[in-house]
Amino acid sequence: MADLKVKQPKGVKLDHISKIYNDPKTGKEFYAVHDVELDITPGSFVTLLGPSGCGKTTTLRMIAGFESPDEGEIYLGGEPINALTPNKRDTAMVFQSYALFPHYNVFDNVAYGLRLRKVPKDEIQRRVTDILALVELSGMEQRMTNQLSGGQQQRVALARALVVEPGVLLFDEPLSNLDAKLRVQMRTEIRRIQQTLGITAVYVTHDQSEAMAISDNIILMKGGVIAQMGSPMEIYYHPNSEFVADFIGECNFLKGKVAGREGGNTVVKLPSGSATVSTDKQFSPGDDAEIVVRPEAIVIGDTGMLPCKVELSCFMGSYQNYHVRVGDTLVKITDNCPVNKKIYGVGDSAFISFDAACAHLL
Amino acid sequence: MAKGQSASLDRRKLFADPVMITTITLLIVFLAVFILYPLAILLVDSVYSNEAGLTARFFSGIFGEGAFAVSFGKALFISLLGVLPALALGLKLAREGNSSRGSSRNGLFKALPVLSLVLPIAAAAVYTDAVFDCRGGIARFLSRAFDGGLLSWILIGLVQVIVLTPLCFRIFDGVMRLAGLKKSGDEEEQKALRKKMLIRAIVLGIVVFLLNLLMIIFLYASVNGKYSFIIAISNTLKVGFLVGFLSAGIGMLFAYVEVYVKVRTKFMAGLFKVVSMLPVVSPPFVLSLSMIMLFGKAGIITRHLLGIYDNNVYGFWGIAIVQTMTFFPVCYMMFRGLLKNIDPSMEEAARDMGASRWKVFTSVTLPLLLPGIGNAFLVTFIESIADFANPMIIGGSYDTLATTIYLQITGAYDKNGACAMAVVLLGITMIMFIVQKYYLERKTAATLTGKASRVRMLIEDKSVTVPLTVLCSMMALFVIIMYICVPFGALFRTWGRDFSLTTRWFEQVFTRYKGFKAFKDSFLLSIIAAPITALLSMIISYLVVKRKFKAKGFIELVSMLAMAVPGTVLGIGYIRGFAGGMFHSGFLQGIYGTGVILVIVFVVRSLPTGTRSGISALRQIDKSIEESAYDMGAGSMKVFTSVTLPLIKDSFLSGLVTAFVRSITAISAIILLVTPSYLLITVQINEFAEKGSYGIACAFATILIAITYGSVLLMNLVIKFFGTSRKMKEVD
Repeated sequence: MADLKVKQPKGVKLDHISKIYNDPKTGKEFYAVHDVELDITPGSFVTLLGPSGCGKTTTLRMIAGFESPDEGEIYLGGEPINALTPNKRDTAMVFQSYALFPHYNVFDNVAYGLRLRKVPKDEIQRRVTDILALVELSGMEQRMTNQLSGGQQQRVALARALVVEPGVLLFDEPLSNLDAKLRVQMRTEIRRIQQTLGITAVYVTHDQSEAMAISDNIILMKGGVIAQMGSPMEIYYHPNSEFVADFIGECNFLKGKVAGREGGNTVVKLPSGSATVSTDKQFSPGDDAEIVVRPEAIVIGDTGMLPCKVELSCFMGSYQNYHVRVGDTLVKITDNCPVNKKIYGVGDSAFISFDAACAHLL
Repeated sequence: MAKGQSASLDRRKLFADPVMITTITLLIVFLAVFILYPLAILLVDSVYSNEAGLTARFFSGIFGEGAFAVSFGKALFISLLGVLPALALGLKLAREGNSSRGSSRNGLFKALPVLSLVLPIAAAAVYTDAVFDCRGGIARFLSRAFDGGLLSWILIGLVQVIVLTPLCFRIFDGVMRLAGLKKSGDEEEQKALRKKMLIRAIVLGIVVFLLNLLMIIFLYASVNGKYSFIIAISNTLKVGFLVGFLSAGIGMLFAYVEVYVKVRTKFMAGLFKVVSMLPVVSPPFVLSLSMIMLFGKAGIITRHLLGIYDNNVYGFWGIAIVQTMTFFPVCYMMFRGLLKNIDPSMEEAARDMGASRWKVFTSVTLPLLLPGIGNAFLVTFIESIADFANPMIIGGSYDTLATTIYLQITGAYDKNGACAMAVVLLGITMIMFIVQKYYLERKTAATLTGKASRVRMLIEDKSVTVPLTVLCSMMALFVIIMYICVPFGALFRTWGRDFSLTTRWFEQVFTRYKGFKAFKDSFLLSIIAAPITALLSMIISYLVVKRKFKAKGFIELVSMLAMAVPGTVLGIGYIRGFAGGMFHSGFLQGIYGTGVILVIVFVVRSLPTGTRSGISALRQIDKSIEESAYDMGAGSMKVFTSVTLPLIKDSFLSGLVTAFVRSITAISAIILLVTPSYLLITVQINEFAEKGSYGIACAFATILIAITYGSVLLMNLVIKFFGTSRKMKEVD
């Protein structure tokens, strides 16, 4: 296979971007995207993540040029592109509905962008063949698009966007029309191809596990603003708000008051006991604090930090799922590899504990 | 494996359901007696009479004795002279071209595909011109060449070979290319593919041959035949083609502007709404009347504004313009539906990859619409050649098939001749209908299955929006002015001379011309026909969409078939079929000449539109809703009345009003069947417009417009306040 590495992946910079929409029901104006500032380094894979209506797709479509920002400037490879029409921008998008041309076969679909660029015929032939090999669709050139499965259509859409060697590749929830198993397979595939080509990619999804699996960086959005950005691990273990913690994976929140410091950790007083949490932020004694701890970081046992009562105990195969009551708070626990461990039943009393480094204080 | 069992079980379930089985039986009987039987009688009467037995003389009568004097053998010979060498040569070239693939092809092979389009089209144009202008030079020259000696035959053969070879090459080339593609498949697959390709090549070859043969025969007939009828055919086709093209074009423009261009002013929205409503409320004659009043000899625009005293609106251009204005709204509605179904992200994808707006239109939007354009063209074409009212008023001496047939039976009392003519007209519309229904409609559905995934970005570029907006509003305004013209025609003392206002035309309508009785009759018959039509079409669509049984295909086909049957043809069929009772046995003779047959004609004529909208309404309802009612113990009747009907209440209501409006404005079939005991408004308008009493005609037409427009407004109000489906849609 020829060397398909993109010659020049481009960075994307959003400089205080805002988009104002009219609410169709009330007619009032509101910010669909508000003051978003972003700097995407060339060759990285960035995901815009968030619940529906958070402005992630609007942001993506502003990069592509289908929507115009009301405030701010967008840069592609250092050049301002606000005034460029979509066809003049060095971007290529993979659409949620694939948007394949039903009147063309696979080859013609993929070759569309190259033909527009007046690429010589034999080069089109070569590049389309190469890219179809990359997405593992060799031999399907003459199929019509309605003769393909959903996953294959997705690959064609990807190939069509890749073949023009865009400075940045945009994905608008590309996997949401596929079934769960295929979704997992395709996201690995997309990541592999992006790494092979070294292309910059901006990916929109509302599926947090997809975002975790695929990205170098996640930008979590809510109500048109960026809630948090960082690597998947940062966001998972150091969420900066209850929203972020809750949106990315399951999470437990324990409310209490800061009692003092102990070494590098903070001691938090809870109604049913006290817990130690590592923290980089400074708290002074008496502050309200909320401990954020993931279900798999909690250990259930006959002794521990906080007493609890088991309300649900459910065998899930790879783990035992508990819901326990700590004071008034419901805490979820996933206890991995339960086969050699003590299983607590509903109504049992037990203790929970967690490592200071695994928890986080808000 | 007992695959047969499920079918027999389904049948047994059907027979165990008395409501269903009676409904289906009654429906089949109704469709057979009132749609199929009259058409069958036409076919019989065109080749058979009691005195003459089985005979072709009615056809030779209408075409002229000499028309088909040329032996079929001669035409066949001439045709073969061209087609056989062309096929052989095309095959040879295709082989050569395929073996030299890969290495750069030389100029000949690059030129051939282009030639394969250009040459046959050019030849067809020359042919068509010769046929249409059958007393002209080209036609004479060609016919003399056909009758000439060996040398002229060789020449004709050569010309045909030159024209047809590229086409044959293209057929074989395409077949070979397709067959060569699937090299990877296993042996059996390849064999099957090769067989399929061979069959395709043979079929295409035969089609080319038959078309060629038909053209030659038709050319002969036109040169040697009876002038008037050939002229009527060519007139009809000419108008049909032009109107089809214009209507599809204008309709597409309007739809494109509405769906793609940002023109959201109240004024434009209003204009578009009016235009989309016109085809529903437009009575026949109205546009013709105002065309005459605006552009005729005494027309306001021609005479009083421009000072032209001898403008002739009658004839080809008059009919074409009036029909275009009548039919383009139908195309507009069709295109609007299609365009809204195109997934906007498809166009965004093209644009994202660097296509300009124009390129997006030509490479994505237009190809997707292509079958739809063909569809709109054919629908309009059928409507145009079936149209009776407009050519009657504004045709002048320009005869079309529908008017010729009418005159043949009312003027010349030549019933068998009229039957033969009706068969010709029916044949043309039927071919168009079959192409439209079984080829284009399927293709449209195949390319446009996608649902719009998001809201389309409208074009805001001023250089695009302004000219398009201006163009559309001018056309829409023009149409609206045409409609407004009619009431004024009824209020002026003498159009064109004395523009003082008067109510005397309206008074005369009611005092002198039994206006009240005309309205009562029209109204009564239509209001009886409307609920029958609406219910019938809902039942048919329910059966077609939700049920599975053997006769389903028949029911769907026949109820849609009525769309392709011109009113005049149906009228003649009813006269021949029921005047002496069915099969001249006296059975059902009682209905002929009564209101019953008029009501039946109304029902049959509006059944296709009702069924069509019913089908699309029902397709949107999840099958499981009815299945759950069925499951809980409701019978067929109960399911239909308690679940289906309430869910499509809006559609039923609008079907009701559409049927009423269509009935009260119907003319083409009715005018042949109406007896003096019934006065119908449309027939009255026709009579007075023929006489040139435009004041009276306009007064009748004004009241008709008021009734139709009023009932549509009423329907909208009722739907707005009582429609349940709207509320449900909002919840979604």
